[in-house]
Amino acid sequence: MKAAVVVFPGSNCDRDLAVAFEQAGFDVSMVWHKDSALPEGVDIVGVPGGFSYGDYLRCGAIAAQSPICKAVIEHADRGGYAIGVCNGFQILTETGVLPGALLRNAGLKYICRTVDLKVTTSDSVFTQGYNAGDVIGVPIAHHDGNYFADADTVKALQDQDRVAFTYEDNPNGSMADIAGILSENRRVLGMMPHPERAADEGHGGTDGTAMFRALAGMVTAA
Amino acid sequence: MKARVHVMLKNGVLDPQGEAVRHALGALGFDKVEGVRQGKVIDLDLSEGATEADVTAMCEKLLANTVIESYSIEMA
Repeated sequence: MKAAVVVFPGSNCDRDLAVAFEQAGFDVSMVWHKDSALPEGVDIVGVPGGFSYGDYLRCGAIAAQSPICKAVIEHADRGGYAIGVCNGFQILTETGVLPGALLRNAGLKYICRTVDLKVTTSDSVFTQGYNAGDVIGVPIAHHDGNYFADADTVKALQDQDRVAFTYEDNPNGSMADIAGILSENRRVLGMMPHPERAADEGHGGTDGTAMFRALAGMVTAA
Repeated sequence: MKARVHVMLKNGVLDPQGEAVRHALGALGFDKVEGVRQGKVIDLDLSEGATEADVTAMCEKLLANTVIESYSIEMA
């Protein structure tokens, strides 16, 4: 089982994400933003949180144009698995791999705390370790996590059961309380909360562990 | 030659920064402000022969996120 974690200038959750994958049994390679290819046989790509390229222009906008992101888009287009957390979610929306965009938090403040997330669907490799309706505690740490998409897109996400997580108490103004969404083939997950920061006793909570455990053995290279 | 690109959040997209500016103006006693929208201005220095179509392509690919933003271009 091989995972690759992309590292941009300004990424700061790359090692946390790598550790979460490793604890679930993955061999993890770190991939630099200037690389133009993913390692051979990668089963899942992690796009980590942070402030890629200083969040200049828009969060994730410049990262989305980097050489490695072309490879990530091709990987997703081939049916490969990927997870984008926080800035990684912003990057995946900027590339168009996932629909919508992340706006400035409605309250204009950077928010860093653990929130209650409802698992909206267990029908994905990422969420199969939970039951739909479970409420889990996962940290958020973002200034631009306010999910926006046009009404038709939000409806399509809901109708196709592609909302993976919703906030129990919406902290940032996201439409329909959306905290995480799945791609149409359900193999790409983008979410603002940080499951990799709830994956070790030392984190103060382990509700994210079930996601990484469930991924192990279920994802295959594309 | 130069081009100026204006990037604004689309109508209907909440602009919390604009709202904060509106509140601040109200607090300063400017009571005739009914709405504020905040955007970006991007000035480009271009080599001779660059066209508006080139700048449009830049906007579509990078300078604006057309899911949430609209843009306009002034060539000079």
